[in-house]
Amino acid sequence: MSCLQTIQDYGLRSLGIGERLLPKNDFTLCEQFTLIGSGMIWNVYFGIMALATGFFLATALAVGKASTNKWLRKPSEWFIFLFRGSPLFIQFFFAYFFFLSLKKSYPMFDAFTSAWLGALIVLFLNTAAYSGEIFYGALRSIPKGDIEAADAYGMTGWARFRRIVWPTMLRLAWPAYTNEAIFLFHATTLVFFSAFPAWQQRGDALYYASYFADKTFNPFVPYPILAFYFILLTLVIVWGFGMINKRLNRHLPAARQTKMRFKLNLAR
Amino acid sequence: MFSYCADPDTLGTFRWFSCYLTNGVHWSFYLSFLKVLGLLAVTAPVALAFGFMGAMAARSHFPPLSWLGKGYIAIVRGVPDIAFFLFFVIALDQAFEWTRHKILCPEWTDPIRQGNDFIVCQAAKLPLGTAPEWVHETYGFFLAIITFSIVFGAFAANVLFGGMRAVPHAQLETAEAYGMTRRQTFWRILVPQMWVYALPGLSNLWMVLIKATPLLFLLGIEDIVYWARELGGTKTSRFTQYPHGDWRMWYFLFLLIFYLGMTRVSEIGLEKLMRKLSHGQATSGGELLRKETTA
Repeated sequence: MSCLQTIQDYGLRSLGIGERLLPKNDFTLCEQFTLIGSGMIWNVYFGIMALATGFFLATALAVGKASTNKWLRKPSEWFIFLFRGSPLFIQFFFAYFFFLSLKKSYPMFDAFTSAWLGALIVLFLNTAAYSGEIFYGALRSIPKGDIEAADAYGMTGWARFRRIVWPTMLRLAWPAYTNEAIFLFHATTLVFFSAFPAWQQRGDALYYASYFADKTFNPFVPYPILAFYFILLTLVIVWGFGMINKRLNRHLPAARQTKMRFKLNLAR
Repeated sequence: MFSYCADPDTLGTFRWFSCYLTNGVHWSFYLSFLKVLGLLAVTAPVALAFGFMGAMAARSHFPPLSWLGKGYIAIVRGVPDIAFFLFFVIALDQAFEWTRHKILCPEWTDPIRQGNDFIVCQAAKLPLGTAPEWVHETYGFFLAIITFSIVFGAFAANVLFGGMRAVPHAQLETAEAYGMTRRQTFWRILVPQMWVYALPGLSNLWMVLIKATPLLFLLGIEDIVYWARELGGTKTSRFTQYPHGDWRMWYFLFLLIFYLGMTRVSEIGLEKLMRKLSHGQATSGGELLRKETTA
């Protein structure tokens, strides 16, 4: 079987399109590359969806935590502590069994017990908490002069937030937020190893990698392939976030622009 | 332990819950918490030692050694840690068995990898097929500790390398001016001063390590996640009937609270440590402490 044929059969296997049966023996390199790559679709889906939705909740949480009103501050603080203080792995388990028991009483929660929605909700809440904390830190380090200048121009409330506070907050938080995004993509590999079932063997990249490792009893091929895909993904994220960083900093003189040096500070 | 646990009438009452304290299966659950704490207690210093060696290697002036250290640090950046966990558990096991095979059975000529099988001679099996169960469990736990230490050692190496570079360069130049050798400068000047710079990163790492402990479950250890799944479910492989419905949700809620407690306690402890270390340091934290006491 040629490699092109394999790609046609298994390229979209993680979505349930193509060949139904996974290869059973005599795995070729091509098969391993194709299937693990196919699984990356799920990692990218979870990562992008959670980032896109979590961003808004994170902004709200940061503003809430920085608020002087106790009724806004306390819930935000507790939410952030709850999701940052406990392991994502346990959150997945808890959420799955929670949805499972909800489903027993209300059948409309059926979709929540499948990974595409249930796990996404957990990832959304989790990344919102982590990014919320990052944004909160940035919010507190906005230069006082910026706010005073906005006041001098007569800006208040929403206009001041939208045009001064928020862009500056993003600009300051961006390097840390990039880091968070990378860790979020890494965390998506946990989904199918917690309770969420990989229905009809439609799993993510790590699911297929461990499938191959279990079948061949040889971890030295599938895991490096997985590592290759993830390093590629990390580079793409760094590049994409770097472009946005450039745009956020475009009004500053070149010398003052914060160069995005990708540094792993262990935010998670 | 409690005599009323033998009486079926207690089933309906609240007192029944205290019987969970005494049965053997639940004791395995409670003991698995000790397993987690044991893993933390052993892994943290070992990982720190790995990290220290990694950082030293990365600073080395001998290029291959420095590449090795930097590669070790860099590899954790791009790849999910859980992939490392799954990889190292098999890879280490095979590495040990392969080494023993080469030493113990030199007359064996068959290839070790035959298709999908990894075959070593009987004497090289780890643990031996005749070993009692506790040896198997200890070996599994030992593999888990090495795996955790390798992965977190890389994180620690990154932090310590940063801490070493944060020590003001003038300090090292002064040491050189006093005629200290490179080795003396490193041990007497650099190492004592780097901790305060490395501590924020290390305390962060400790938090990450705590939150990584449930991954023990993936390494095949019967840890708290394993028992929560087993005991919370209505049926298990060994017992077909439990006096309750699906309680897995509540068991995991309990684990969630356990971890939140661990986080809170560590936060408080680390804050105290940071205050202690910042005392008298020429950092903004130390300055803050000075103002507090003089004001």
